[in-house]
Amino acid sequence: MTTTVEESIQLKQRTGQAPAPGTDNITRFRGMNTVWRILRMAACYRLRLLIGVVCTVIAANFQLLIPQFLGDAVDHAQSLLATSGASPEAAKAALATAALMLLGAGMLRGVFTMMHNYQGEAIGQSIGYELRLAYFEKLQRMSFAYHDKVHSGDLMTRGMLDIEGIRRFVDGAMLRTIVLVILVSYGGYHLISTDTALGLLALAFVPVVAWRATVSSIWLRRTWRALQERMSVLTRIMEENLGGIRVVRAFAARAFEMGKFDEASSSAIAIAMRRIQIRYSNAAFMTFSYYGAMGLVLWVGGHKIIDGEISVGTLAEFLAFMAILQQPVRQVGMIVNSTARAFVSGGRVFSLLDMEPIVQDAPDAKPLELSDGVIRFEHVDFSYDAGGARPALSDICFEVGPGKTLGIVGPPGSGKSTIAHLIPRFYDPTGGRITIDGQDIRSVTLDSLRQAVGVVHQDTFLFTASVDSNVAYGDLSADRERIVNATESAQLHDYIARLPTGYDTLVGERGLTLSGGQRQRLSIARSILLTPAIIVFDDSTASIDAATEQRIHAALKQVTRDRATIIISHRLSSFMHADEILFIEDGRIVERGRHDELLALGGKYKALYDLQSEFGRDLAGPAGAPATQGV
Amino acid sequence: MAIMPHTLAVPSNTPGGGPEGGLSDEMDERIFGAAFDGRIIQRFATYLWPYRARLAVAFAAVLTFTLTQLAIPLVIKEAIDRALVAGAFDADLLDLIALTFLGVIALNLIAMFIQEIIVGRTAERILFDLRRAMYVHLQRLSMSFMDKTEVGRLMARLQSDVGALQEFLDTTVTAIGDIILLAGIVAVLVSLDVELGLLTLSVVLALLVVRMFWLPLAKKAFMRARQTSSIVNGALAENINGVRTVQEMLREHVNFERFEVKARDNLRSHLRAAKFSQVMIPIVDTLTGAGMAIVVVVGGNMVLAGTLELGVMVAFILYVQRFFDPIRSLTIQYSVMQRAMASGQRIFEVMDVPIEIKDKPNALAPDDIDGSIALENVTFGYIEGQPVLHDISFRVAPGETVALVGPTGSGKTSITSLIHRFYDVWEGAVRVGGFDVRDLTQETLGRHVGMVLQEPFLFTGTIFENIKYCTENATLNDVIAAAKAVDAHDFIEALPQGYDTMLEQRGGNLSLGQRQLLSFARAIVADTKILLLDEATASIDSYTERQIQLALKRLMEGRTALVIAHRLATIRGADRIIVLNQGRIVETGTHGQLLERRGLYHRLYSMNYASFDDIPEDLIREAAKDVSST
Repeated sequence: MTTTVEESIQLKQRTGQAPAPGTDNITRFRGMNTVWRILRMAACYRLRLLIGVVCTVIAANFQLLIPQFLGDAVDHAQSLLATSGASPEAAKAALATAALMLLGAGMLRGVFTMMHNYQGEAIGQSIGYELRLAYFEKLQRMSFAYHDKVHSGDLMTRGMLDIEGIRRFVDGAMLRTIVLVILVSYGGYHLISTDTALGLLALAFVPVVAWRATVSSIWLRRTWRALQERMSVLTRIMEENLGGIRVVRAFAARAFEMGKFDEASSSAIAIAMRRIQIRYSNAAFMTFSYYGAMGLVLWVGGHKIIDGEISVGTLAEFLAFMAILQQPVRQVGMIVNSTARAFVSGGRVFSLLDMEPIVQDAPDAKPLELSDGVIRFEHVDFSYDAGGARPALSDICFEVGPGKTLGIVGPPGSGKSTIAHLIPRFYDPTGGRITIDGQDIRSVTLDSLRQAVGVVHQDTFLFTASVDSNVAYGDLSADRERIVNATESAQLHDYIARLPTGYDTLVGERGLTLSGGQRQRLSIARSILLTPAIIVFDDSTASIDAATEQRIHAALKQVTRDRATIIISHRLSSFMHADEILFIEDGRIVERGRHDELLALGGKYKALYDLQSEFGRDLAGPAGAPATQGV
Repeated sequence: MAIMPHTLAVPSNTPGGGPEGGLSDEMDERIFGAAFDGRIIQRFATYLWPYRARLAVAFAAVLTFTLTQLAIPLVIKEAIDRALVAGAFDADLLDLIALTFLGVIALNLIAMFIQEIIVGRTAERILFDLRRAMYVHLQRLSMSFMDKTEVGRLMARLQSDVGALQEFLDTTVTAIGDIILLAGIVAVLVSLDVELGLLTLSVVLALLVVRMFWLPLAKKAFMRARQTSSIVNGALAENINGVRTVQEMLREHVNFERFEVKARDNLRSHLRAAKFSQVMIPIVDTLTGAGMAIVVVVGGNMVLAGTLELGVMVAFILYVQRFFDPIRSLTIQYSVMQRAMASGQRIFEVMDVPIEIKDKPNALAPDDIDGSIALENVTFGYIEGQPVLHDISFRVAPGETVALVGPTGSGKTSITSLIHRFYDVWEGAVRVGGFDVRDLTQETLGRHVGMVLQEPFLFTGTIFENIKYCTENATLNDVIAAAKAVDAHDFIEALPQGYDTMLEQRGGNLSLGQRQLLSFARAIVADTKILLLDEATASIDSYTERQIQLALKRLMEGRTALVIAHRLATIRGADRIIVLNQGRIVETGTHGQLLERRGLYHRLYSMNYASFDDIPEDLIREAAKDVSST
């Protein structure tokens, strides 16, 4: 409840699709390998990354100093036994120095580790933030054709889990890999230069681990995807069961539903088990190779001590170094896993981010210039399939001017609603063109077009918010008076006024449940509040009884007096007063004219009229035949 | 006007709210509580019990694994102190020790393998068990609970909460291993040298003190981070589901701005939480350094003085390095455990909702019943003290079609719900085929009483699967016959894959009328003696409307039918009409009889509304008053 009127007007007036901050970072690296692309995004945080890498290097170096100090300390401690002739005082002083160095190295390593971890996490969180914003922005712009095809649960998974997967990779795996590489390479160099054979032995486990890690990475990536798919089947089954619990109960289908659940569940378990097998047998194998190398160092190193080639301190240094390596080596599995996940998750997120909405502003789009508000369909064709194999509309022509009403009727699936979807460019026609005041709607900006056109649909989405913010959804600056005017016209005001908390009542998923008719009335109120120049009712009164519908239309007369109105309905009484009525079948206009002309024609419209009269008033509204109604 | 779903409680003004209410809201917020809750662990343990044999093996493996890890520095110590003593080298002994080392790590490999695989697999199974148990429980809970509780929230429990437990199980075993390792290290250090051991261990004490101050602050930061995440996800979910409205209403920019504010808040709170978790690292590392310094100075001097063997010092160094690993991972596991406890609490909260409708131990399961329905002095309500049905009695003879009519809230739906025993009556009895519904198994009741809901619900799957639904022995021919009976065959055949056409989410690729026909066909395949039907209120196009009217007739043929009727054609076609108002039967009779009586039915009928449900309440009240006063 914080947005002020000025703010909202300002927001409303902002036209054009300003890219989200960071969007350019996302588009810039398009076409790269997923993981590389994530890394390139991370590279954009130059300062943080620089600090992070520098701190990583420093921390790794301090860590490498620790075994050397320890080795020295052991040698000093042993100095008396080795009869090297050193004085106890000198040895004690050396020990104290080594201890101080150890304390200092430990502390500095900690400080720099903290700094690089923090930078890593900050970069990760920032990339997560960037992706989240870009994802949100892109989702909002994607055309209906996309949203028709994609499951909302899937979009949610990508927005939550997949972005999280990428973030974790950046913060967990990216800098840690650097630590690992420095420790192994620099430490390895130091060891090998100290004693070649022993150094090589100490590092013997590294290639084994690298090999296993790569192999398991491929497997884990493969099974991760499979697991996700099966888990989403399981989710869907549970969701449908709980959503349709009344059907389940009504059919006493508990056993049947459990069967479905168990089947999906066990197929998910099977994959999960495979994953565990891969992950842990690799982990065990990697650990073994690490300890094996340590055993070899002890054995060969021991013999070297016996042969007088190295000191016990050197051996201790080697062993201490290997102890330091143990933790990062264990993390290899984690890094691999997280990389595999980032690869899959990144692929899923970027695939959406890289998509362009089919419907978008032309490069030279201009704001729509409204003069009268005349809408024209000129030989419009449309198909939902890409190939146009099954045309939903063919050769649709009509014109509606201000103050005029067009009625559209036809059997289900005839393409009526498609017409409503084409006007605000939720889809683009495959042939012909649609103009408003002579301007092709593809040549004007989407924002200005959608501002001029209001479509009221059959299905209404309610946001979890108060009634008044739902009604004023399209115009935050609307005051209570305008809201009440709109709900009064939509015949919803009386109901809301009777609620204990009135217009502040919470509706939507977590709020009060409205009936289908009430939702539709709210949707009508929502659209007329915006006073669009062209208003389309797309079967938006299906759940409203005919009597209320008549009252709504009577109330709207005032609003639509100087506007073009298109009413799509299967209920003839909804538009019998229309200036023109189109009868659509299989996407074509088969009959057109005024109500009385069409009746006189004696064709399909007449047949439909007779059919509705047969059912009498329960379809057409009060008092008998529709012919006496609303004209 | 900000949309912040998580801060808002579900208002209790929705009809059908049960006395026990839905799931509490505060629970979702209480994310960080105790890391250890005995009751939850205990509850959880019951799910571990079936796997006790495996877990015992796993435990033995964990023990072996930890012991071998502990042994490795000791073997090294032996090598230094026995085979590599300056001036007294023993090459043979060194070989022997190296061989011992090999044996130890082989054992380590085997133990680790067994531990990880068994634990991983068992944990996975337990989670599926737990999810299943919760799901089964949800299948049995009363409708009043289900009415009150959003699907989304239940799904969150079935998924994120179970997921949190998965993390918990995965880490628990490591935690147990870590604790054993820690205890082992302490024991070994003290037994190697008491003085040096205790001195070295003092750094652990320092760590514990630091943590005591750190934890309460960190907790707050972590909680805030989680909260902002759920705000962001809530906003994302709403925009995905309402994307069409967002585009229509040109709300993209406003919503983006608002989302940006939430996302930025989320970023900030996570960075703050990161600072808190990272600040522990230098502390732990400094203390590790201090531990080593102690070993070097004190131990080194002891070696110089000849009171400590050199190998012991090396072993100490190796142990100290390993020392903080278990503590560090225990710190991570602490927050995992906290989350798990909260999740466990939420899961068991669902599991603890009592099942109100249960089969009696000796419940009957007759194969055949006559199709009669009888309500005998039934009083019932959803909230204590607020009955919605008062002393209702009526009988429906086998084969009869009875229409229930009345304004919204008159109790029609409650009556059909009681016949299907979605709820139990407060007083009186509901009889189906002469049996009290409480004496029959719920399965039997489902076999004999079918129900068609107002809003057709379709499942993901083919049309064939949807019509067949749970009638296991139904063949394709049965399904086709049912589809033909309700006149759905033609449109199904016209679809690209006919009966094998996959339905999109909730049957999105079909019209409402078509979905309704499918739900009729489903009821025909189920072929129950008794049918409870809630007629749709939404008017459908006239073509489908006529199909539906005809289909309804065929559906009710040869069955006892109780219809919550909205269409006049349906009402007129019924053998008898029962008029309800405010939970009482006002009048009964045929359409003609009721019109003649000039009572409430006549009054409402002459108001010329398409459905009685649409009549404004005040008009009804007025009509009822008029009727009762004359």
